[in-house]
Amino acid sequence: MTTILEKPGYNPDKKYKIIGTSPVKHDGFDKVTGRAKFAADAFLPGMLVGKYLRSPHAHAIIKRIDISKAEKVPGVKAVVTRDDFPEIKAGTGGGDMTRIAMAREKVYWEGHPVAAVAATTESAAKKALKLIEVEYEVLPHVIDPVQAMRDDAPILHDYLRTKGVKGPAAEKKTNVVERLELSKGDAAKGFEKADLIVEGSYDTKPMHQGYIEPQSCIASVSDDGQVDLWCCTQAPWVYRDRLTEILKLDSSKIRIQQSELGGGFGGKTTFYTEPVAIVLAQKAKAPVKMTLTRVEVLRGTGPVSGTASKIKMGCKKDGTIVAVDAELIFQTGPYTGSAFTNAPQAMLTRYEIENVKTVSYEVVSNRPKVSSFRAPCVPQVVFGVEGLVSEMAKKLGMDQIDFRMKNAIVEGHKTIYGETFTKIGFVETLQAAKTCDHYRSPVPAGQGRGIACGFWFNRGGETTGSMALAPDGTLNIILGTADVAGSRMSMSMMAAEEFGIPVDRIRSQLADTNSLGYNRVTAGSRTTFSSGMIVVDSARKIIAELCRRAAKMWNVPEEGVVFEDGHCRPASSNVGDFPPLSMKDIASKTTYTMGAICGHSEMNVTGAGPGFAVHIVDVDVDKETGLVGVKRYTIVEDAGKAISPLQVEGQFQGAAVQGIGWALNEEYVFGEDGKLQNAGFLDYRMPVASDVPMIDTVIVEVANPKHPYGLRGVGEVPLTPAMAAIANAVGEAIGIRPTSLPMSPPKLLKLIEQAKAQGLN
Amino acid sequence: MSRKHHVTATVNGDEYEFLCETQQTLLDVLRDELMLTGTKEGCATGDCGACSVMVDGTLVCSCLILAVETEGKTIDTIEGMASNDELHPLQRKFLELNGLQCGICTPGILVAARALLERNPDPTETEVRYWLAGNLCRCTGYDKVIRSVLAAAEEMRGA
Repeated sequence: MTTILEKPGYNPDKKYKIIGTSPVKHDGFDKVTGRAKFAADAFLPGMLVGKYLRSPHAHAIIKRIDISKAEKVPGVKAVVTRDDFPEIKAGTGGGDMTRIAMAREKVYWEGHPVAAVAATTESAAKKALKLIEVEYEVLPHVIDPVQAMRDDAPILHDYLRTKGVKGPAAEKKTNVVERLELSKGDAAKGFEKADLIVEGSYDTKPMHQGYIEPQSCIASVSDDGQVDLWCCTQAPWVYRDRLTEILKLDSSKIRIQQSELGGGFGGKTTFYTEPVAIVLAQKAKAPVKMTLTRVEVLRGTGPVSGTASKIKMGCKKDGTIVAVDAELIFQTGPYTGSAFTNAPQAMLTRYEIENVKTVSYEVVSNRPKVSSFRAPCVPQVVFGVEGLVSEMAKKLGMDQIDFRMKNAIVEGHKTIYGETFTKIGFVETLQAAKTCDHYRSPVPAGQGRGIACGFWFNRGGETTGSMALAPDGTLNIILGTADVAGSRMSMSMMAAEEFGIPVDRIRSQLADTNSLGYNRVTAGSRTTFSSGMIVVDSARKIIAELCRRAAKMWNVPEEGVVFEDGHCRPASSNVGDFPPLSMKDIASKTTYTMGAICGHSEMNVTGAGPGFAVHIVDVDVDKETGLVGVKRYTIVEDAGKAISPLQVEGQFQGAAVQGIGWALNEEYVFGEDGKLQNAGFLDYRMPVASDVPMIDTVIVEVANPKHPYGLRGVGEVPLTPAMAAIANAVGEAIGIRPTSLPMSPPKLLKLIEQAKAQGLN
Repeated sequence: MSRKHHVTATVNGDEYEFLCETQQTLLDVLRDELMLTGTKEGCATGDCGACSVMVDGTLVCSCLILAVETEGKTIDTIEGMASNDELHPLQRKFLELNGLQCGICTPGILVAARALLERNPDPTETEVRYWLAGNLCRCTGYDKVIRSVLAAAEEMRGA
């Protein structure tokens, strides 16, 4: 039987009734009234409070932990340390995960958990934490990834050897996890053909995902070992499988229910409190709630990779890019997992370039383990690439968009990582950018304008879901993906479109891990696409069943029944003169037919259409203070088909402002002692409303033929070019294009001085 | 154990009595004792505004006030914003214009925006931006938040 993957049924001529409108999100009502339950909003009878003791050192051997005094504090029900977690070999996936949850041999960053307490009150827990004695042997630490690669750098793991190197280097103790070369053609020869060669060295700092909801969970354990876990997560099934691995539990003995998710952006694809709360609950024999403070979120959970890169690009006089050479270094925290391989795959994918050489390194260092963030590791390198692209265009005297158009890829492009693209919309996106009001308007006096483009693969993967028709003809959808910003509503809308009924007759809800089969992490801009496939497939199964039931009720052949606008009708007058049967008519009589009508779908979804964006930014720079003001910002991006345009715009706008934060303010500042100096929202300053302008959006719709409605993911793409575009704008404003993020006032003042000295402004 | 304080306060129009420890903030008591979890904790240092409430008509971060200080005071939280089954115009506009995504910052923003419109029914975009500069939102980029507030203000002026 052909599946929806082979035959999605995309019809360019179809007129939609619900797709493309922006009805009020059903989950929104609870969010404006305070009724929505986020992770920290739940309580269980007899619940204890769990709190962490964290390492004060960036790198140290744990020589001894004594919890005896802490255990005696009134109200304390359990104290756990490394001794309470199963031993798993260091340097393995499970070994790394358990050591991130609770330090074993060493602490690897300031804030690494070393013990945890569960007590009847927070004050009792805090009192106990002060009485835990930990003896450390402090070791030298290293945080900067370039320093961590040096021969004299402190080594984090004695067992680590670099993957991807040969000879004596492969035997050396090192902090380099992997060296990865991804190349095509012959870069050296390519540069020989170049009329213009540009190059630069770039660095970016770790920044945090910045979700406003700190991680929180409640674990409870029954007397026979059944674990119930409530938490905010982008990946309930991934949590389940990793928790069972590191805690040696059966999957059938753990049930995870996701709460409303108060922001994630990739940062809630990895667990922190969950294994510790479970072990505390097992030991205390009572439910345990663990909620991180903001300081703990910043100190203990994953900021993104800091990077250092050297990039060289060459083009011909006509603007054809002929060669690229890049060395990219990614900081990953103490353990591998930065997803750095995305970077060489995505950094240039939008341009047709014959000769490319990239060498990438992932490097461990003494900072919190990296966690995903929108298009992991890509925006950092696009920051460099699009600076050079703009420089080439400028030096050749070409229009910024024309230069990119000259090199733009189209359908049939074979990527550096082996995929051949079907229909893509990069050219259309560039065209839309060129004709948008912002690009056509002159740059205001005293300001600089920057342009940059970005790409993200968009993802599919294992996804499940189900749908049940109630006797009154309404529908409930159960989804395995998390809802990070409104995807439940998009699912209800797609189902409503399939059935031809009002969207208010459909509700989507988030499953627990016992309700459905495995779902991959909700990340990579895969959700609306993948769960959308599941929803449409399930709806079509229900429609087929409705037609079967109608055929039985009418006593006609199944092919004599058609379904439209929520009703089964005779396919023609030859079938008979039957009044249409509504979904309610059929669903209310299932007792007399063959029982309940449900649809479900399990797929390893493929066919996610890649996405491309163009960002246009105008800035001014205060020449006395170095402060950047973002004056105008437009995102032009291919969404394939915007299911709910207001939600798609929201994705673009949110990403732009995260990019503004990353570009101008946000960074982890470490002291000489390896301690984080700005672990709070006052000093780790994310953009506030008065820092930013309205963000204009242009939604381009070049349908993805692999989806029934043509949609493409839109979550990651809009962050990829943001910092590059802002840096290009700053460069135009001050005369020198910055190469270091964040573009904080002190750095820009130096560049402004330099530009003055060189007569550039 | 430390002795607890007995506090009587009016919350969303109803009189409440509660016991609290000296160091417990109003936010702690609202969430953990009164189970009014619509008020959120984002930072506990007064930097994110997710815990915004009104105390005797003044907009405050409930994480920066001790619960014991609210004896005899009137507290208004997000749970009291809709009245008689009718959403407040701000709540409605946030829904209609997609002024929220994940929703964790939304209660604080709504409470703060209502306080703005009570003192300035016709704010400019810049005034809204500066008034809400104490409310962090990581999802929306603020665009639709600001538009929702301006649209609600316009509707309320017309009403």
